[in-house]
Amino acid sequence: MEFLLTLLGATLRIATPILYGALGEMIVERAGILNLGIEGTMLLSAFGGFVAAQLSGSIYLGLLIAVAIGVLLSLLMGFLSITLGLNQHVSGLGITLFASGLALFLFRIIYGGESIPPALEESFPQLRIFGGTSLEPVFSQYVFTYAAFLLVPLLAWLLYRTSFGLRLRSVGENPEAADTAGISVFRTRYVALLMGGALMGLGGAFLSLAQLGAFTHGIINGRGWVAIAIVIFGNWRPWRVLAGALLFGGLQALQLRLQAEGVQLPYEIFLMLPYVMTIVAIAITGRNASYPAALLKPYRREG
Amino acid sequence: MNIVEMRGITKRFGTLVANDKVDIDLGRGEIHALLGENGAGKSTLMKILYGLYQPDEVTITIEGRTQPIRSPAEAIERGVGFVSQHFSLVPTFTVAENILLGYEQQFRLDPAQMHTRVAQLATDNGFNIDPSAIVGKLSVGQQQRVEILKAIFRDCRVLILDEPTAVLTPRDTQSLFEILLKLCAQGLAVIIITHKLEEALQHSQRVTVLRHGKVVGSQETSSTTSAELARLMVGRQTTPVQRPANANASEPVVLEVSGLSVADKRGVHALNAVNFQVRAGEIVGIAGVAGNGQSELVSVLTGMLQPQRGAMRVDGQAVAFGDPRACTRHKIGRIPEDRLRGVIGDLSVADNLMIEQLDQFTIVGHLQPHAILEHAQRLINDFQIKAAPNDPVRTLSGGNIQKVILARTLAQDPAVVIAAQPTRGVDIGATEYVHQKLLEQKQRGAAILLISEDLDEILLLSDRILVMYNGRLVGEFDAAAVDLDRLSLLMTGAEKTG
Amino acid sequence: MMTLGLKFERLPSPVWVRAAIPFVAIAITFALVSVLVILAGANPFAVAYELLIDPLTKNSARGDILVMATPLLLTGAAVALAFAGGYYNIGAEGQLLAGAAAAAWVGQFVGDLSPWLAIPVMITGGFIAGALWALIPALLKVRLQVDEVVTTLLMNSIMGYIISALLNGPWRDPVSGWPQSPTIALSAQFPQIIPRTRVHFGFIVAAVVVIALWWILTRTRFGLELRAIGKNRDGAQFLGIRVERTMLAVALISGGIAGLAGVSEVAGIHYYLIGSLSPGYGYTGIIVATLGALAAPGVVMAALFLALVSRGALTASRELDIPIYLADVIQAVLLLVMLAVLLLTRYRIRRA
Repeated sequence: MEFLLTLLGATLRIATPILYGALGEMIVERAGILNLGIEGTMLLSAFGGFVAAQLSGSIYLGLLIAVAIGVLLSLLMGFLSITLGLNQHVSGLGITLFASGLALFLFRIIYGGESIPPALEESFPQLRIFGGTSLEPVFSQYVFTYAAFLLVPLLAWLLYRTSFGLRLRSVGENPEAADTAGISVFRTRYVALLMGGALMGLGGAFLSLAQLGAFTHGIINGRGWVAIAIVIFGNWRPWRVLAGALLFGGLQALQLRLQAEGVQLPYEIFLMLPYVMTIVAIAITGRNASYPAALLKPYRREG
Repeated sequence: MNIVEMRGITKRFGTLVANDKVDIDLGRGEIHALLGENGAGKSTLMKILYGLYQPDEVTITIEGRTQPIRSPAEAIERGVGFVSQHFSLVPTFTVAENILLGYEQQFRLDPAQMHTRVAQLATDNGFNIDPSAIVGKLSVGQQQRVEILKAIFRDCRVLILDEPTAVLTPRDTQSLFEILLKLCAQGLAVIIITHKLEEALQHSQRVTVLRHGKVVGSQETSSTTSAELARLMVGRQTTPVQRPANANASEPVVLEVSGLSVADKRGVHALNAVNFQVRAGEIVGIAGVAGNGQSELVSVLTGMLQPQRGAMRVDGQAVAFGDPRACTRHKIGRIPEDRLRGVIGDLSVADNLMIEQLDQFTIVGHLQPHAILEHAQRLINDFQIKAAPNDPVRTLSGGNIQKVILARTLAQDPAVVIAAQPTRGVDIGATEYVHQKLLEQKQRGAAILLISEDLDEILLLSDRILVMYNGRLVGEFDAAAVDLDRLSLLMTGAEKTG
Repeated sequence: MMTLGLKFERLPSPVWVRAAIPFVAIAITFALVSVLVILAGANPFAVAYELLIDPLTKNSARGDILVMATPLLLTGAAVALAFAGGYYNIGAEGQLLAGAAAAAWVGQFVGDLSPWLAIPVMITGGFIAGALWALIPALLKVRLQVDEVVTTLLMNSIMGYIISALLNGPWRDPVSGWPQSPTIALSAQFPQIIPRTRVHFGFIVAAVVVIALWWILTRTRFGLELRAIGKNRDGAQFLGIRVERTMLAVALISGGIAGLAGVSEVAGIHYYLIGSLSPGYGYTGIIVATLGALAAPGVVMAALFLALVSRGALTASRELDIPIYLADVIQAVLLLVMLAVLLLTRYRIRRA
């Protein structure tokens, strides 16, 4: 029992950054844009947040900077893919390459070639609820984790129960129809991108400001790509995206636990499973998958 | 009092005058049919009313207020609604969501409340529609009703419907007009753009006929006849120059099409048991108003569409459907409806001139640049294409692109030529050139099928004319003895014969 | 109200404009990046000299440029072929690793063969492995119309974990315990082709592939057909081109070429497989192909230029204490600037 509860606690922790990334990507894709910049955005946010927190001594300022970086990179993505109408995947990859290179470049400038990565003196603490009870291992989490789980119903509400959500989805499904209904396709897509960027920034910040309290080159390590897989796996729906993130977190937690117990196993199998399952899911549903219909298509008014 | 008065509408596209000093009035509560052939200017006129086009000269008065309409948003605001043939609906949304999109009024959405609101709107206006249904799962007829309801929700007093029955089953058509009648009883004014005579006669109170951008008649529907409307619409007082039908009936049948049927997912027939034959040295023209199955016929005959039933033979040999290469093998030359599908715009003229005959220009997969260049230069000369072999085709004018297609197709001495809208959108010089080339092919002994919306072109070139209406061939004329009145009636569906 | 959309009208641009585009893009890129250089406390002009001129003045550095250009030429060619055929293969990274794994595996067993046999066998193995890794997304695209962008991307991550599993499992070095595969046989190791440099046989492979790319795209029926599909899929169908078959072939050949990049890195540089074999050559290949306008001559120039900058960044980091990652930043910024400049020169822009 305790084993399971500890495992569940680890699952929630591991799922957190993925969930931020995936929810952010989901919002952007729902508006018709595939943001392959996610991997680099999360890395640069993790880095920027860390540097700001370290230099100023304020983790809150760090958090703000991380979110701001996510928003700024999304603004760049919007300029390239919405305003200029460039290829979304080339733009997104370009942003990932740019942001990753920039993060590593600045890291070297600021911290030189230190072999031990610098750490924060103070990082976000864990918040224990049910302290002393058997549920403690589950509910010893960072604020980020609780917030991420609250975000799921919030985003579900926003997407399905508000006029903003309705407009955002209409822009991703049929921009012409949205346009004739007097909705600004460009503005809605920008707003979606910026919201998504903020969430991606939070995901990065969680890693460097809370879980690790430090920055390393491999801090994101493909979590952005996992997020993209989970969005598809989760059928672009908040609750299913949550399920995907938990599945990923659970596999990862189990794998770490088994390794710690000294069980010999190729842990990579667990790590690649979300990708494999996503591709299998795509293969099964084929084009019937509920892709936002206008995904990858730049919008231009006729005439 | 009239709800809409349009006066002196003139709209030019370059040298083409789409609307020439058109006056049109619309009364409150009436269904007004706007009748005309393709290119008569009906859609242009209505797009002006909806703010999609800005006319060169205009006065539009709606409900006594005279003011230009600069955008669809302004049109909607002034009470004009437009239901085009391509619905602007979000398929994954519910009916209620589609209707309220952009007009939600509050940030928080309550689905139950949305449904009640739309259900109320529907019952008030006599619609039988489930507000919670997903639009993508509705039939086309139901989707159209959602579009109409959407317009009414936006407080539309003038509703424009562009070819509303083109995609409908007869039953849906029936219920559409039932709904429109109810709405008109409440004061809504409806304009129906149509080329179906019967529809105008049965359902409208007033009918205005456009031809070549001008109003040629406008009157109470009850005071007119189908014969009169057909004459106004097709409008040829004189019979064209009689050309001897010099096709010899003893020539062998080259192209034979039998029992061709194409139905869409909903079971609506685009083509219905189409049979015809074309002999060597004969030009058979398919006359008809656009949207009566010609596009589907062309797609099937050019290997782009698989019919449900039917057969096609060239020189007695069956041609496989759905395979463009089978067409080339059986020496079927194809001039597609959409020019830009017949060429790869970013490739050179030389490449485009040989891309259907790659086998002749490759040795073990290796292109023969000299042969390709020579071939290109020869065809550029022969067909007077104004371009260099290495120019990308997209930089050419429409007429020259058409010549590239013509050259590629006709240089192969095809046994059959399928020429679909061969002169659409090209200038007079190029048009004459295309006609001359088709006649040359006829002299050579090719069997030519000419599908054109331009009746003059059909009359000018054909030895035999078949009339297409609603996916069927409804009449046949010998070019030497065309009864234009009857042809008009058949084209517009006013006379039903087999 | 701010207008967020722009409208583009295609304009024929004069030849001199087109010729100037790469230089303008490079100049803008360096101007943007100089902000970072100043942050790092260096003189932008000195850095530009180190990056663009200095490597060309030394023999060994010139050789290094060719070494560094080798994987970029291969992944660039792989991506250019796929993109030209309208197949957006983002999976060159995974295909490269598949080829590398195949080379590391085959390379262990060909010790008894002469190099004349061992090397071709290994190259073939790497090509096939890359092509096989490209197969699943290609089939999904051709048979089920599943967009290839995301699937090829996800296949990269899967291959990354497969490599990691191999290196931590069956292939772990039994002596050192390091996650690296056993060294490949001497006969399978690519020979050095220019004395006193590290330029190896892989460069010849890359050169052959780029020439083949040029030949395919401009001189063969297959190339004409794939370009037709890439430009106008419906038109190609109408003109009797077998769209599905050609697209499948394009995807597999592209994967195979990317696989060769992996072979070249294993057999020409490391002689064993390690997890950090590729610092993202597959993704850089997308930059190379895009900068090179999806054509062989452009790919050559772009690959050489990026290699020049990478080599220059090595010296700059030593001499001027500029982080070596400057090269990565420049590559990415150049891509984005080039795309924007291309768009702005080809079209007249109006507000929408």
